[in-house]
Amino acid sequence: MTLQSERLYLYPIWIRLWHVFNALLCLTLIITGLSIQFSNPTLVVKFKLAVSIHNIVGVALGLNYIIFFIGNLFTINGAYYLIEVTGFMKRLMSQLRYYTLGIFKKENPPFPVTKDSKFNPLQQFSYVVTMYILIPLSILSGLGLLYPEIPVRHLLGISGLDWTDLIHLFVGFFITIFMCIHIYFCTIGKTPISNFKSIIDGYHESH
Amino acid sequence: MIHKANIRPAWVVLVLLLGFALLFIFSKSPNAVSAQARQSENEKITGSTVDLTKFKNAKENEICFVCHGQSKYTYENKDSKKIVIKKMYSEVIIKRDVFYSSNHREFKCTDCHSEDYTIFPHSGNLRMESKAGCIDCHGGDEKYAKFKFEKIEKEFQESVHSQTHSEDFTCWMCHNAHSYKINARTNENRQETITYDNLICLNCHGDIQNYQLLTDKQKPNLIEKHDWLPNQVSHFTSVRCIECHAKNVDTLVVAHEVVPKNQAVRKCESCHSKNSILYASLFKYQIDENIHKKGLIRGLFFSETATIGPDQNDTLNKIGLVIFALTIIIILIHAYLRIKK
Repeated sequence: MTLQSERLYLYPIWIRLWHVFNALLCLTLIITGLSIQFSNPTLVVKFKLAVSIHNIVGVALGLNYIIFFIGNLFTINGAYYLIEVTGFMKRLMSQLRYYTLGIFKKENPPFPVTKDSKFNPLQQFSYVVTMYILIPLSILSGLGLLYPEIPVRHLLGISGLDWTDLIHLFVGFFITIFMCIHIYFCTIGKTPISNFKSIIDGYHESH
Repeated sequence: MIHKANIRPAWVVLVLLLGFALLFIFSKSPNAVSAQARQSENEKITGSTVDLTKFKNAKENEICFVCHGQSKYTYENKDSKKIVIKKMYSEVIIKRDVFYSSNHREFKCTDCHSEDYTIFPHSGNLRMESKAGCIDCHGGDEKYAKFKFEKIEKEFQESVHSQTHSEDFTCWMCHNAHSYKINARTNENRQETITYDNLICLNCHGDIQNYQLLTDKQKPNLIEKHDWLPNQVSHFTSVRCIECHAKNVDTLVVAHEVVPKNQAVRKCESCHSKNSILYASLFKYQIDENIHKKGLIRGLFFSETATIGPDQNDTLNKIGLVIFALTIIIILIHAYLRIKK
């Protein structure tokens, strides 16, 4: 095989730009979010500053999400997020088995990256959950906290703002966990840095 | 080959988003009827809705209420023998509904006012009658020990109100004995307690006529003065004025030591941190009560406080930390095993 055939152009420029913004915005939101939640007069990022940054960056993340959303509605990229339900659990388990056992035995990945399937079943699942459930929920609940008069006043006898706050906290937490795993899994490539290179230049290097 | 299927997750989310938007639009419940609205509703009704047979002194009190219970009163002019209708001075109108739902509803008017008031026309000297302050009846009484009236009196004496206006500023400025109804301790609806307490302040600070009873100064515009405060509406409806304008101590549900304006709380962190001053009084009291009534989990978890920063649950924090730590440990083990092989 030639070098050319091993390099797949998978990440068009709009995805790479969206992704780099998304990553930076999420990181800023996590840091400022922690500063707000565990606010303390002695913290490095002061509460007032952390709130301002969190608000502005949060809105920016919302706008950036629109790019992703529209892009996935109208370009071929959206199809990568389509989960084929039949046999999905089996494929998911097979991928999980690879990550927990096979990878250490230098087995080949069960779902190699191709032009038609950019994501393995586990990626597909976690990206759909993150991008179509967690991020939208974080944006909606964030808007609810930004404009506290919007949320329903009471739901099941509990303040609507309370629910919004809880949802925002939970979602923020799981996005943080996702980020840690996501960044680590990116080191599983041809070389530990090849996947990071891919999201910068757009070309995927096969194993 | 990628199947260009019709139902992409993005479309599903779009539909869900529209659904959420509709839910928000249609579920925006009207604000709970505020205490003020209900009070003015009460004011519209005169007399008849109260079941007077329930109150042991009601019959005797009717001697007073027959005139003081409404906006006009009638009497016979002894000289002309004519029936005269006069307008009642608004300050001395006592609404039956309000009085009989107040804490002092079981009292006789003459328990506090001179017996001479039973004679009409009232003697001019009666105008000089001094009004009793809270401590005059409630001070040193075991029955009221838990309300800490002595502590309230001491705090009040040190407050900017008392210091600036000395004896001119009495308990009555904020608490009318004819209408006073215990709120912070008994009302489970915090929103109503906040509205009730804030209306006490607004009675003067939002009303130029009452404000200028004690000073010739121009009344400051509250909205402009609080321009620096983000989410003003939410702050005004979710916290009491005294939270920032009085010294909060956790032994009193309602702080009475109102401080001069330059000492008012202006730092976000004072409330939005784990050591939040909000947990000194009403909020702490209600959380304790909540835990007592609803059990630890429900009381703590859904304590009706959504104050960013202090609203932390130690158990949740710990669970979060454990999940996070486990994630990092698993990643490290995975990485180690990969490198080793």
